[in-house]
Amino acid sequence: MRPAKGSTQPLIYSMPDPAAPTWGRKIMRQIYQQRYLFLMVLPFVVWVIIFKYIPIWGWTMAFQDYKPHLSFAEQTWVGWKYFVELFHDRQFYLVLRNTIAMSLLSLLCGYTFPIMFAILLNEIGRRYFRQIIQTISYLPHFVSWVVVAGIFTKLLAIGGPVNQLLLALGLTDKPILFMAKGEYFWGIVTIADLWKELGWNSIIFLAAIMGIDGNLYEAAQMDGAGRFRQIWHITLPGIRPVVFIMLIMSIGNLINIGFEKQFLLQNNMVKDYSEVLDLYALTYGIRVARYAYGTAVGIFKSAVSIVLLFLANFIIRRFNDDRAVL
Amino acid sequence: MRRGKTKERLFQVFLYGIMVLIGVITLYPFLNVLAISFNDALDTVKGGIYLWPRVFTWNNYREVFTYPNLVIGFNMSLLRTITGTVLGLISTAMVAYVISCREFIACRLVSALFILTMYVSGGLIPEFMLVRKLGLMNNFWVYILPGLISGWNVFVIRAYMDTLPESLTESAKLDGANELTIFFRIIFPLCKPILATIALFIAVGQWNSWFDTYIYCSGNRALTTLQYEMMRILQDVTSATTSSIYGMNEYNAPRTSPESIQAAITIVVTLPILFVYPFLQKYFVKGLTLGALKS
Repeated sequence: MRPAKGSTQPLIYSMPDPAAPTWGRKIMRQIYQQRYLFLMVLPFVVWVIIFKYIPIWGWTMAFQDYKPHLSFAEQTWVGWKYFVELFHDRQFYLVLRNTIAMSLLSLLCGYTFPIMFAILLNEIGRRYFRQIIQTISYLPHFVSWVVVAGIFTKLLAIGGPVNQLLLALGLTDKPILFMAKGEYFWGIVTIADLWKELGWNSIIFLAAIMGIDGNLYEAAQMDGAGRFRQIWHITLPGIRPVVFIMLIMSIGNLINIGFEKQFLLQNNMVKDYSEVLDLYALTYGIRVARYAYGTAVGIFKSAVSIVLLFLANFIIRRFNDDRAVL
Repeated sequence: MRRGKTKERLFQVFLYGIMVLIGVITLYPFLNVLAISFNDALDTVKGGIYLWPRVFTWNNYREVFTYPNLVIGFNMSLLRTITGTVLGLISTAMVAYVISCREFIACRLVSALFILTMYVSGGLIPEFMLVRKLGLMNNFWVYILPGLISGWNVFVIRAYMDTLPESLTESAKLDGANELTIFFRIIFPLCKPILATIALFIAVGQWNSWFDTYIYCSGNRALTTLQYEMMRILQDVTSATTSSIYGMNEYNAPRTSPESIQAAITIVVTLPILFVYPFLQKYFVKGLTLGALKS
C-alpha cells in the first residue's frame, strides 16, 4: 500500500489519452474501466425497475376495464370513467374527510409536541436523567402497531386504567366506551401516534438544538436574559431551518398517513370515522376485486401529495425570503 | 434576584415532573402487560393487575409455545428478519457505494432512479397485482424482495460515505483493487456505525410487519408470522363479529385466555427489540441526524 499523501491533491489514475480517441470509443473505454461498478449496480437497477417502476406503469389500469387474465394490448380503455365514479361516490368523501382530519391532527400534535419535548429535554441539567428519559421515550417507536393497538385497546377498555382513573377523579359516573364511539376515534389514533413517536420525532430537533453555538447562551446570560427569553430568542430561531424542512416533508406526506393504525384500532362500530383512503382502496381494489377503481384511488392520493409537496415548498420559500428581507 | 430563584425552582419542578410523567406514561403499559403475562389467566379477568402479578404462573408462555401457529410464526419472523436484514443491508450499501463514486458515468441516472422512488409509489393495488404476476403470492420471498431497498436508507448511507477520506480508496485503486474488493474490504468495514443503524431499522421493520402476511400470505400457514398471529388475536378481542371472520377462536384454551396469550406474545415480540436498541442508540441518533440534515 502506498501511503496517501495529504488530501488536498487527489491522485489521478486515469490520464487522458494523448492520441485523443473518438467520443464513442472513450465512452466504451470508460464503461469497461467501470465494469465492476456497473456489475454491482445492475441487479439493483433491475430490482428498482421491477418493484418500483412497474407498479407506477400499473397506473394505466385505472384507465382500463382491467381484466387480470388479458394482456395489456387486449384491455379496453375507458378514459376517466373510474375517476368520475370515484368523485360521485358518497363513501369516498367520508373517507377523504377522515383522512384529512386525522392527518391534520397528527401534523399538529406530532410536530409541536416533539419540538417542545426536545426543548425541555435540553433544559435538563442532569445528563443521566436526560439519557434515561431519552432511552425510554424512543422505546415505543420500535414496537409494532399491532402491539400498540393491543395496549391502547386494553387501556381504553371499560374496566381499563383510563376509565378507572376517570371514575376515581369523578370526571364521569359510568365507564366510557372509548373504542365503540366514532367521535373518539380520531383522538385515539392521534394520541396513540403521539405516544409512539414523541421521543423519536424529537431526535432531529434535539440534534439541531445541540448544534446551536453555546456562546450565544452565555452572552444572553451576561445580558441578564432568563431561561424563557433564551429559549425564545436563541433556541427557537436556532432550530428554525430544521423545523421548516421537517414541515415541508410532513405536509408532502399529509395524505400518506398510512392505514396500519386505523386498520388495527378500528372496529365495525366506528367505521364511519376510521376508514381512510388506503383502506378504501384496499376494500374496493382487492377484496371486491375492482382493481381499476382501487388504482384510481391510489393515483388520486399520489396526485394530492405531489401537489401538497410543491405547495408547501413554495409557501415556505416565499415566507423565508420575506423574513430574510426584513 | 430572590424572585428569579423561586421562578427557577418552580421551572425545575415542572421540568422534572413532566419528564417523569412522560416516562411513566411510556413505560407503564409495558410493565402492566408484563405483569399480566405472568399472572394466572382466570385471576386476570377479575382485574386489578397493575405492576406485579398476583397469582404467578408460566402457563401463558407455555401456552404460547404450544400453539403450532405461534411456533411457526416465531420461526418465520426470525427467518425473515435475518434474511431480510442481511440481504437488505448489503444491497442498500452497495447501491449507496456505487452512487457515491462521482466518476461513475451512470451515477446521476442511478441516483435519480432511487430518488424518485422516495416521492412516488405505485400504490397498494398495482403492487398487489405485480406480486401476483410474479408468482410471489404465498411465497417466502414476498417478505424480502418488494421492500429490499429503501431510497431513504440509500441516501443516509451515501451521506456517511461522503465523509470518508477519498485517499483511502484512491490508494487501493492504485494497487489494482477493483471496486467490488474496495467495497467489501474497505468501505463496508468503515461504515460500521451507519450500517448498524440501518440494520436496526431494517430488522425492526421486518420483525414488526404483519400486513404483507395478511395480504399476500394468509393462504399459507407455513408462512405465518408472529405479528400477524397477534393481529388476529387482537381483532378477536376487540371486534364483536370475530367468529364470523376466522371461525372459532382457536386461542380459547381452558388454562388461559386470549387476553393473557396476547400479553405473553406482546412480551415475546417486544423483548428482542428491548435488548438490542439501547446499545445502538448512540449510532442511530447520529445516523438519523446526519441523514436528515444532509437531505
